[in-house]
Amino acid sequence: MLIIKNLHAEVEGKQILKGLNLTVNAGEVHAIMGPNGAGKSSLASVLAGKENYEVTEGEVIFEGKNLLEMSPEVRAREGVFLAFQYPIEIPGVSNINFLKTALSEIRAYKNLPPLDAKGFLQLSKEKQKLVEFDAKLVNRSLNEGFSGGEKKRNEIFQLAMLEPSLSILDETDSGLDIDALRIVSKGVNKLRSEKNAFIIITHYQRLLEYIVPDFVHVLYNGRIVKSGTKELALELEEKGYDWLKEQEPSESAATV
Amino acid sequence: MTSQQDIPLFEEVVKGYKTLSASGADSESSDVRRARQLAFDQFRVLGFPSIRNEDWKYTNITRFLKDEFALDGLLLGDKAVVKAPAGLLKKATIPGLDCYQVVLVNGVWDGKVNGGELPKGISLYPVAEALKNPGVSGVFENGKWGNQPFANLNTALFTNGLYIEAAAGAVMEKPLHVVHLYTGDRNLLVQPRHVWVAGRNAELSVIESVLSSTGETKIWVNSLTEIIANVDAKLDHVVIQTASAGVRLVQHTTVRQKKQSLYNNYTFTLPGAELVRNDLQARLEEDHTETHLYGLYLAAGGQLIDNHTLVDHQKPHCYSNELYKGVLLEQSTGVFNGKVYVHKDAQKTNAFQQNNNLVISKKATIDSKPELEIFADDVKCSHGSTVGQFSEDALFYLRARGLGEETAKALLINAFAFDVTQKIKNKAVETYVNDLISYHIPSSTQA
Repeated sequence: MLIIKNLHAEVEGKQILKGLNLTVNAGEVHAIMGPNGAGKSSLASVLAGKENYEVTEGEVIFEGKNLLEMSPEVRAREGVFLAFQYPIEIPGVSNINFLKTALSEIRAYKNLPPLDAKGFLQLSKEKQKLVEFDAKLVNRSLNEGFSGGEKKRNEIFQLAMLEPSLSILDETDSGLDIDALRIVSKGVNKLRSEKNAFIIITHYQRLLEYIVPDFVHVLYNGRIVKSGTKELALELEEKGYDWLKEQEPSESAATV
Repeated sequence: MTSQQDIPLFEEVVKGYKTLSASGADSESSDVRRARQLAFDQFRVLGFPSIRNEDWKYTNITRFLKDEFALDGLLLGDKAVVKAPAGLLKKATIPGLDCYQVVLVNGVWDGKVNGGELPKGISLYPVAEALKNPGVSGVFENGKWGNQPFANLNTALFTNGLYIEAAAGAVMEKPLHVVHLYTGDRNLLVQPRHVWVAGRNAELSVIESVLSSTGETKIWVNSLTEIIANVDAKLDHVVIQTASAGVRLVQHTTVRQKKQSLYNNYTFTLPGAELVRNDLQARLEEDHTETHLYGLYLAAGGQLIDNHTLVDHQKPHCYSNELYKGVLLEQSTGVFNGKVYVHKDAQKTNAFQQNNNLVISKKATIDSKPELEIFADDVKCSHGSTVGQFSEDALFYLRARGLGEETAKALLINAFAFDVTQKIKNKAVETYVNDLISYHIPSSTQA
């Protein structure tokens, strides 16, 4: 589904990603861990197409197409979804109208007719239930005055509505209490399928107790330095990251 | 000062006033004629304003004054009602709005009211008739417009308009939609004069739409509306300006508020008319009044939209709140000048003002000038002014959900405007204004 080869990227002249390799197949959940400043969120931003990131080398192939040539909206329509670490508050834009617009643009791109009002309402209700999203929040302005947990849950609700093939969760667990974490994880687990894939960026092993990854990668200094299975996350929790900093970039990362 | 000799319109109005004094105003009272003379003398001294005039510092009208204009109305010896151009009235109609509707073409009302019989206590007259009626002509005797050139010019030469009276206690269960249509087969100066009087405890709700036919001819509209809100009266006043290119719209509204009266104004200016200058003045002449001024201007093309507001706190315990928002597209220019004047006597005044601008294009300009003059010492007053661009983070967030750049920008502009449009009490009007805004956005967001 996603093949990242030798990705180099910089922001404001500063090199952030320095030769990153990663392959993600349908049905897989990949966790990316690493210390602060390793480039985890930058990777998410580059994949989503944030404009102040400049890719200087390497390639990203998403379902056989060159992802880097696409605008952010085309990436979204092709099926890439970024759950933001800090979802933006937009007063005056209603949550539900925004989703309706997003969904109809995505459907139009796929040559599907827009959902009628009834169909949309039905879908929205179904997904609200699935991810336990408060109906009261659905009609409010987009994220305006939402608590940290509500914002993150709104991201998962949007994810459920838009049904992307590749979801990137950028520190979705940060700022969540244990109950919210459980609800968010439950939502993600319900959305997992053979057809889609997840990249979960996190600092802590805690989230991975709820969303069990197929692979765990350690990102350090702009590269993946170690890859393994879920046991690696436990090892990291125990030992910290320092023992990895001397390691050479993992060659296996590209082939998992 | 611009040499008035170089302005063809100046000569034209001087000539016109002579004609009017000689013949046209026979039926007017000597007090009305005195007011005209006073105003005309003032105008002659002031002339058309240049940027040296502080009130016109950011609004240079020189280029608009190069054309020749004929004086419309009485001076053309043509009192007949001009027929509304086909299609224009339809454009002015607000879908789903249950209202009374009157149509004025070049300031002249044909006497018809659509939407049923007006409720008891609500009376409408063409101003030409009201002038002949000694019972009401008193409201036209105000010639004291000081150093305001266009208000003086209107007072000197107005011939018609709409007089609205709500008797004490009269209430309208649905709003009155006043449609102003402007059209001409040659360049015209049209100067309507409107007076609305809301009696004690009366409630008036008026929606004004300003439209014009499109064509080669240029129309200068210099309109003046005086509104009197008597004790305990409540007025709701929506203005929707969608005149086409070729129109220069100078619209002055003075509101005189008596004890415990409430006045709400919502002014929406959309792309079209090359020049729009609104002077909205709330004179709080007695205590315990409440005033809300909401404005939204969406400027495009080479348009110049200037909103000058004045809240004149003369007496104690008055409350005023003002929110104006602007969206500047393409090569447009916006001006906001919000003056709040708190007299020495006006203790316990609460006066708030906010002006926010979204400048979309690199070629657009906004001049925002809050002006507070406070002479009382026990007051709460605040003001704020902002100028900004699209939030890149918000744009990226929307695009990352699949919204195209244009759609995302349109959504953000609507959200910005929403603060103002949501204040409109009537849902049909709110929807209509939101649709007008959306209609003008998609093609214009390219910087």
